[in-house]
Amino acid sequence: MYVLIVGAGKVGWNLARELIAKGHEVTVIESDPTRYAVVEEELEHSVQYGDGSELWVLERAGVERAELVIAVTGDDEDNILISQVAREKYGVERVVARCNNPRNLEHFELLGVKPAISATDLILRLIEHEVPKYGLVHLLDLPEERLEIIELEVAEGSGAAGRTVRDLQLPDGSLVISILREGGGFVPTGDSLVQAGDEVLLVLDVGIEERVTERFTNTVAPSA
Amino acid sequence: MFVLIVGCGRVGSAIAHSMLAEGHEVSVLDEDPEAIALLDRGHASGWEERGGRFTVGTALEIDALLAAGVEQADAFVASTDGDNTNLVIAQIAKRRFDVERVVVRVLDPHRARWYAEQGLQTVCPTQTAIELLEAAVRGQIRFEGVSG
Repeated sequence: MYVLIVGAGKVGWNLARELIAKGHEVTVIESDPTRYAVVEEELEHSVQYGDGSELWVLERAGVERAELVIAVTGDDEDNILISQVAREKYGVERVVARCNNPRNLEHFELLGVKPAISATDLILRLIEHEVPKYGLVHLLDLPEERLEIIELEVAEGSGAAGRTVRDLQLPDGSLVISILREGGGFVPTGDSLVQAGDEVLLVLDVGIEERVTERFTNTVAPSA
Repeated sequence: MFVLIVGCGRVGSAIAHSMLAEGHEVSVLDEDPEAIALLDRGHASGWEERGGRFTVGTALEIDALLAAGVEQADAFVASTDGDNTNLVIAQIAKRRFDVERVVVRVLDPHRARWYAEQGLQTVCPTQTAIELLEAAVRGQIRFEGVSG
C-alpha cells in the first residue's frame, strides 16, 4: 500500500525503513533541511523536503492516493492538522497520529483524530506486527477500552527470566501479547519461555501497571 | 462582551487595545510573560491597571485556556504565530467551549480557505495583502502611506 509519513524524526524514519522493507511504497515529508539531507542519504527519493502541513506539499507527495497517513512530527498541533486535512479534505481512510504530549490527547479526540498514539516505540512494533494482517484496528480501540499496552525488557537476573509465561503468574487483567527476541517476535502461549533480554509486550487494564512491572524487575522470583 | 485573545503579538495586542478601549472585557493569553509589554506600550498605566487581563500559558493547554476565561468568552481570537496552533485552538474554543464568535488568523491562504469552507471564520492577512497589492499594481487603487 502507499503510506505517507509526515515527520522524519526517529519514529518517522524508522517507520519508513520498516514499511519499505515490507514492500510498501512510502513517502516521508521532512521540513528541516539538515534532517532531510541526512535521511535522504538512505531513503533517497522516498523522502521529500517540505512543510507537511502545507496542503501543496501533501498534494505533491500524493496524499490523495495514500491509503495510510502517519503524522509523526514533534508538534501536536501539526499532527492534528495534518490528520484532519488528510482525512476530511483528501479522503484518506486510515490516519495515525503521534501525540507527543499526552495532555493533548483530548484535543486529538475532540477533533476526530483517531488513533493518536503517544508511545512511539509501540507504534513501530505494532505496525510491524499488525499492519500486514489486520490493519491498525487493534491499536485504534485501545484508548477507548481503557486498556494499555506496555513493553518491558526482561533484565538479566530478573525474576521473570527463565520462566514460562504461565509461571509468571501475572495479575488478572494482564496478558502477554508478544515477545520480541533477536529482531523477531512471536505470540506466546503459557508454555513459552521468557528469556533475559526479551522485550515483552503486555496488554493490561488501566491501573495495574506497577503490579505487572514488578514481576519483571524484581530479582526475587515470584512464589510458585 | 468578553473577548479572549490567544497570541499577543502585533495583531493580538492591537485587537486587545481596541476592544478594551471600546469597553469590552478583554483577556489575553500568551506563552511569553514579556508579551504584556506590547499591551502596556503607549499607555501611562499598565494593561492590568486599565482593567485588562493577561495570562501566561501555552495555547494548547486546557488549563491555560480556562485560567484565561475561555468558558466566559463571547468572542475568541486565535492570533498566535502558528497557523496550525490557531486552527486547533479555534476548533477547541468552538466545539468544546461553545464560544459563539471564533475568529482565526491564518497566514497560509490554502489552509485559510479550506477551514473557512469547514465553517471556521478565518482571516488571512496574506490573501488580503495579495489582493491589495494586485489592485495597486493594476492601478485600480492608489493610496498614500500605509494601507490594508
